[in-house]
Amino acid sequence: MVEEQPEEEIILADLSDDDLTAQMHDDLYDGLADEIAEGTNILLARGWEPGRVLNDALVEGMRIVGIDFRDGILFVPEVLLSANAMKAGMAILRPLLAETGVEPIGKIVIGTVKGDIHDIGKNLVGMMLEGAGFEVIDLGINTDVEEFLGALDEHKPDFLGMSALLTTTMPYMKVVIDVLKEKSLREEYIVIVGGAPLNEEFGEAIGADAYCRDAAVAAETAQRLIAERRAAA
Amino acid sequence: MTSESPAGHMTGERTLIVACGALSRELLQVIEVNNLPGVEIACLPASYHNTPDKIPDAVAQRVRAAAGLYDTIYVGYADCGTGGRLDAVCEELGVERLPGAHCYEFFAGQQTFARLHDAEPGTFYLTDFLVKHFDRLVIKALWLDTHPELLSDYFGNYTRLVYLAQTDNPDLVAQAETAAQRLGLRFELCPTGYGELATSVVELSSPNRQPIGAY
Repeated sequence: MVEEQPEEEIILADLSDDDLTAQMHDDLYDGLADEIAEGTNILLARGWEPGRVLNDALVEGMRIVGIDFRDGILFVPEVLLSANAMKAGMAILRPLLAETGVEPIGKIVIGTVKGDIHDIGKNLVGMMLEGAGFEVIDLGINTDVEEFLGALDEHKPDFLGMSALLTTTMPYMKVVIDVLKEKSLREEYIVIVGGAPLNEEFGEAIGADAYCRDAAVAAETAQRLIAERRAAA
Repeated sequence: MTSESPAGHMTGERTLIVACGALSRELLQVIEVNNLPGVEIACLPASYHNTPDKIPDAVAQRVRAAAGLYDTIYVGYADCGTGGRLDAVCEELGVERLPGAHCYEFFAGQQTFARLHDAEPGTFYLTDFLVKHFDRLVIKALWLDTHPELLSDYFGNYTRLVYLAQTDNPDLVAQAETAAQRLGLRFELCPTGYGELATSVVELSSPNRQPIGAY
């Protein structure tokens, strides 16, 4: 009989930078919030810029989580735990990032549409967009067209992002887009949409600029679309 | 074989309902009380309730496997979160499905469900099946047994739990109330019987018959 060896405890502070970031990717994957907070503080203490910690340790880790969620390896509870772990790191980095005075690469107004109170996906998108350097104005849930229009007018964002989980509420995205067209405002904004029952065809049919199947794709798509728009300007 | 009777089951015609496992007891009950011996059911795992992406392919596979063996094949699912992908499969295979977006909707009836939803979008619905399997399909499936801290992520925007009751069962009502307490939601009971599930299945066999529900 082979005796079971106790698992060796990993001391994060003893790891090299590369090993620590790799370990943080694992810890994000496993949803270990305390370890992520500890790893974030260690990297900062070693002189890493907050933006580098965010990109190399947190965003990259969540990108891996996003891929495995898309491929059916991870499920919603695991992604939520990962997201909560990332939040623990973001809570440390956010004030430091604000101090650096780096301009956001773009601004987005997001919300779950009227009649729908589901926000797990939207919150993940908001977090990944923030991680990618966007300023995110989150209108929350059950957002009607007047609230969207008011926020667009107030914040003058580059993007409008809409989310829905219900097949009964996803048509409301078209209502919002149609009102933007009626008011000749549609071209002012890049419109991205997402939510479990949506797909590429639906996004095209309602006149959105892009459908994003998950939070990581939303962040990549937003970066690409804003670069394209600025290049075309 | 051509029948002069409007009731398919009287003529030996065979109908298969490819259905969600969460509807199996209700479907068997509807078949029994409405005397529809020509109607058979084939159920897919009820756990697909939590993974709707799996429903369209699974339904397509089961319908194709039964092709030629039945006079009529019907799909015992609503849209169930497939975002129209189940409809695309149904159209491709030439079969119909139950009405509405979710089982909640055809149990409650479309108007009642719309009223419930519009009155309070943050409503979490349970059916008899979901009450019976609440621990497995809600608590364990969402990892709330091991990670209760996720409760607010899932249910933070919900305010009430409505139990759409197919049967008059005080034990289930008590369990549903306990479920509501566990999720921190206000409880309401809404007796529905089998609603449009019964209507649809009975119409499938005979457009002229009136369905008999549980209530």
